[in-house]
Amino acid sequence: MARSETYENDLHLEATKLRLGLPGSNEPEKQSTSNDVVRSNKRASPDMPQDSGSSTNNSDISDARHEDCPPSSKAQIVGWPPVRSYRKNNLQPKRTDQNADTSGMYVKVSMDGAPYLRKIDLKVYRSYEELLQALENMFKVCIGKYSERDGYNGSDYVPTYEDKDGDWMLVGDVPMEMFISSCKRLRIMKSSEAKGLCCL
Amino acid sequence: MRESKPNGPGAGPGPPCPDQVLENVLENVLQFLTCRRDRNAASLVCKSWYRAEAMTRSELFIGNCYAVAPGRATARFHRITAVVIKGKPRFADFGLMPINWGAHSTRWLTAFAGAYPFLEKIYLKRMSVTDDDLGLIANSFSCLKELTLVCCEGFGTSGLAVLACKSRQLRVLDLFEDEVNDDEVDWISCFPESGTCLESLSFDCVECPINFAALERLLGGSPNLKKLRLNRFVSIGQLYHLMIRAPQITHLGTGSFSPSEITQQAEQELDYRAAFTACKSLVCLSGFREIAPEYLPAILPVCANLTSLNLSYANINAEQLRSVICYCHNLQTFWVLDTVGDEGLQAVAATCKDLRELRVFPVDPREDSEGFVSEVGLLAISEGCRMLQSILYFCQRMTNAAVTATSKNCPELVVFRLCIMGRHRPDHLTNEPMDEGFGAIVMNCKKLTRLAVSGLLTDKAFDYIGKYGKLVRTLSVAFAGDTDMALKYVLEGCPNLLKLEVRDSPFGDSVLRAGLPHFYSMRFLWMSACRLTLPACGEIAKEMPHLVVEVFTSGTEPVHDEDEFVDTSYMYRSLEGPRDDAPEYVRIL
Repeated sequence: MARSETYENDLHLEATKLRLGLPGSNEPEKQSTSNDVVRSNKRASPDMPQDSGSSTNNSDISDARHEDCPPSSKAQIVGWPPVRSYRKNNLQPKRTDQNADTSGMYVKVSMDGAPYLRKIDLKVYRSYEELLQALENMFKVCIGKYSERDGYNGSDYVPTYEDKDGDWMLVGDVPMEMFISSCKRLRIMKSSEAKGLCCL
Repeated sequence: MRESKPNGPGAGPGPPCPDQVLENVLENVLQFLTCRRDRNAASLVCKSWYRAEAMTRSELFIGNCYAVAPGRATARFHRITAVVIKGKPRFADFGLMPINWGAHSTRWLTAFAGAYPFLEKIYLKRMSVTDDDLGLIANSFSCLKELTLVCCEGFGTSGLAVLACKSRQLRVLDLFEDEVNDDEVDWISCFPESGTCLESLSFDCVECPINFAALERLLGGSPNLKKLRLNRFVSIGQLYHLMIRAPQITHLGTGSFSPSEITQQAEQELDYRAAFTACKSLVCLSGFREIAPEYLPAILPVCANLTSLNLSYANINAEQLRSVICYCHNLQTFWVLDTVGDEGLQAVAATCKDLRELRVFPVDPREDSEGFVSEVGLLAISEGCRMLQSILYFCQRMTNAAVTATSKNCPELVVFRLCIMGRHRPDHLTNEPMDEGFGAIVMNCKKLTRLAVSGLLTDKAFDYIGKYGKLVRTLSVAFAGDTDMALKYVLEGCPNLLKLEVRDSPFGDSVLRAGLPHFYSMRFLWMSACRLTLPACGEIAKEMPHLVVEVFTSGTEPVHDEDEFVDTSYMYRSLEGPRDDAPEYVRIL
């Protein structure tokens, strides 16, 4: 619109072009661009030259606007990537194809000191938080929060499970999906007994 | 209103004057004009044409609900039977807009209730729709045949219940990607027991359980139903029972596509393949919301007939995809999750030679997630599917070479949206910015009207867009560009630019100056997390009386005068001036 070729200027084609818009609103304004170009060399990522496509550079990216703010480490930007929240919330974790057991992943749960065992369906839980919450409710105990370093240090009870190899493992170390596919049974141990499992 | 009656006994005083004859003729001719842009152009010729066009327009399209007041539209057009209204700009989908920002439907619906009581079709996109609005629709439009709500929010199942109950003539009730409140109302039961005229029922996005027995009855009473899109609360066993009752179905949204926890045993034993085999007219398949992949082969009998397949909620791998896609020779639209990887896309490229639209969504939509597709998949697709018109591709790694090859392999591209999720990522092989790739797209794809760019981009990319993207109407920019020149290239070079949405890029006030001559021919300009100052926005508002300039943050925090830059500025052309329904934290300058 603003750039007219010389022949178009002579024929005044712009004036006869049918479009919606106020008359006279389209006069090409020749502005001197030299004043208007703001040499804005402030990029969102000051570490751009080192950006060799690695996937872990987000800690150095700062907000494009506030250069004086300290860069947020691995902060998730609102609305990026542009995927509707609808899609983010609704995707279920992949259901592992259980050739042995396709009808629910029921595993036995025993608790030290309890008179009888219970069974729970692991497929129902989408995260460790949900699973531990359910166990706490079922047995009326406090299991506490998992930490990579200390396990469940400080809780009365510690959740453990028997994996495919027959070893007793601490619940929470591996990704949920891996856990679900390898867990054969659960045991909620008294923390006094569990000392051997927790890494110190 | 002018009568178009010819001469006849007792008809009136004398022959119609030439003007009226001309308008008669015009009306008869203009009736055939369906494209709204053509109609807009025709209406500008002269007053006579304006009148004739207004008398014959039957579909009203409002691209921005605030650009014009309802009364103005109803005063001009008297014979509208179908309305399309769009509200919020697209970035609202990603949480960038404050709550209750606007786009309320009530005003429009009330106006239509008065002016077009015989309205047949209503299509609302990104509008705020309340239960009362749905009630208004149900009570005001006795002839309503089609209601489609896309990306809307504000209503719940109680509103749906009223609609179901009262809209006897409803043929289409399509809810796509809406946010629907769970009012714990059994709305499916509210459809008339005696039967319905329903041809299409889509409630994939309704996140609440439904009364399955009522749904079965509804199907039984709806012999014309061809399109049915279920939500994820319908298990595969229930789907089976619906399918055998409705083999005439052409468009099916399969719901969860996995057995329910309770009736798993029984569901496993059903012959799903037979159910699909019976649906001989099935051309469009979607859903698979919680797919148990072992059931996927059940769709094999219909694959050869499918023109549209949406697996974008299905977490499946390349092999699982390959087993079905190899039969989908007629596929034109394909949506998929990136879990299928480059390998899966290669399988698509090998078979789907007629593919027109491809969308690849990320299973893990975070910017530092592991990407499962890359330039390899894109290249394969472009080489195999030469007829592609629309691409949406989320990835973590891309190269200029692959994008350039795509531009040459797929000259029919109208929509190209590439989202490299990690911000500012260069070509991962050469470490160069992605300028050349996008440059090639605008250069070689001469029909391109919609472009979304990403990755590391300098002003050069925008120079290309301004030079070659002459048909571009919608441009989406994020985390890109170096200086204001970038947007200037675009604003000055793209005569058809209608919608420009920009976020997190270092563009400042001089862009607004440069854009002044163009703002009235654009629907809107969105700039968030850029470097626009409040005073500059205010100046623009002052100079352009028909441009509404709104500034706001993404939350309910108001805009502070002393902030260095505004969070978000959203400006749009409007004949009505500042709207009166904005919340207090949205400032209209």
